[in-house]
Amino acid sequence: MNAEVIIVGGGIIGCAAAYNLAKNGVSVLVLEGSEHIGNGGSTRNGGGVRQSGRDPRELPLIMYAIQHIWPHLSDMLDTNVEYYQEGNLRLGSTPKHQKILEGLTERAAACGLDVRMISGDAARRINPYLSDAVTCASWCPTDGHANPLMATMGYYKMARRLGAHFISGEKVVELRKIKGAVRQVITDSGNVYEGDKVILAAGYESRFLASTVGIDVPMQPVLLETLVTEAVAPMFWQMLGTADADFYGHQTEHGSFVFGLNSGLEPYAKPGRPVSSSIAASAACRGIMHYFPSLADIKVVRTWAGWMDSCADHVPVISNVEEVPGLILACGFTGHGFGIAPAVGLVLSQLAMGQETAVDLSSLRYDRFTK
Amino acid sequence: MNDRNRALKPFVPQPDDDLIVCRCEEITKGEIRRAVHDGMFTLTEIRRYLRTGMGLCQGQTCTKLVKSIVARELGVRPNELGPATGRAPMRPIAMRTLAQDKEETK
Repeated sequence: MNAEVIIVGGGIIGCAAAYNLAKNGVSVLVLEGSEHIGNGGSTRNGGGVRQSGRDPRELPLIMYAIQHIWPHLSDMLDTNVEYYQEGNLRLGSTPKHQKILEGLTERAAACGLDVRMISGDAARRINPYLSDAVTCASWCPTDGHANPLMATMGYYKMARRLGAHFISGEKVVELRKIKGAVRQVITDSGNVYEGDKVILAAGYESRFLASTVGIDVPMQPVLLETLVTEAVAPMFWQMLGTADADFYGHQTEHGSFVFGLNSGLEPYAKPGRPVSSSIAASAACRGIMHYFPSLADIKVVRTWAGWMDSCADHVPVISNVEEVPGLILACGFTGHGFGIAPAVGLVLSQLAMGQETAVDLSSLRYDRFTK
Repeated sequence: MNDRNRALKPFVPQPDDDLIVCRCEEITKGEIRRAVHDGMFTLTEIRRYLRTGMGLCQGQTCTKLVKSIVARELGVRPNELGPATGRAPMRPIAMRTLAQDKEETK
């Protein structure tokens, strides 16, 4: 089976790239190694669509996505992606937290982002459920959140409707060059697919696949953990984070709270199938209750975990590969790929079509690791 | 290997499409059937897209029903679809309680 562009990986990045290519009439084949679409970080994150707290190298992508794509995404995908742009509060309760938040705020403001430090009282005026423990916060009014499951499945649904071909349970094990350019994609069932361009968007697995054509991206698998509560009446719409990054999350349109967890042990999680650790949800509940005492009686109904691809310098590789013509890398998203995914899908399609990209990607190149 | 572009029989509205199948999240039979035609071919994808089985009972009531509806729509046997994943905690548990894992029992 042939296609103009083969995408390895059916997460939100691969699905968004497929959508943009199919919309432009490019024939596209998406190969997903697991049984399910959106099986990696795409459906295992806290749903943040935020600019504040980001590395400046990712800011152009997220600012583009927030200005040009997120507000229209539900219509584009014929799917309610539950996008709310009601601001992001990053909370602190100690002088050390204040220092962390001030550093993040200064770096983002220098890039032209409207983000500022506010007092604990000002934060409580924005969100009256905050406890007195909060003494400082950063506030970015143009940040927000969306539903990662709906956005991922929405991109998949619409890409498929536009003619993109998807095959799941088809694990790619090797890329092969013909006459110096990447051409063939070989799967563990022995099938060979051919394309003019190959987009590698397979999370951490991208490392092994890139190595089959002599390219290495320095990344490690790190566990992501998430919990969801029962649905309750609407309380607030801001995206939340903390200076310590021990939890982050929001209340969804559905009424449940979704929180990403961080116990600090995620880089040392047991290899293999990702499972929730026995300590992360409990630790996060303590952190959440410290800042939001009124959530203490809300019931947790479900926890889940997944692998993210943590890159050596914590920003993704989104890049053509000069040594391997036709190969386009999109990996190493380090747990912040969701918010930027609509912009990443667009620029990947532009790279594959040989067009100028909507956002300058020079700081996300694959060869930036050589000093 | 699961080809998502294989042809399904056309979607035909049925008289009981407004029947609620997942009672916790109030998802109807028609919504589940429609999701299959939108490409959601596995129970996991149906959950991600519709929230079936993601409410207070975590699918203890509706999982088998959803499975049989999806299987019929795809034209496969229900046991070909594979199980849906169970997750901790086994019963809904208040944050206040879950937070106490460090406390020693007296």
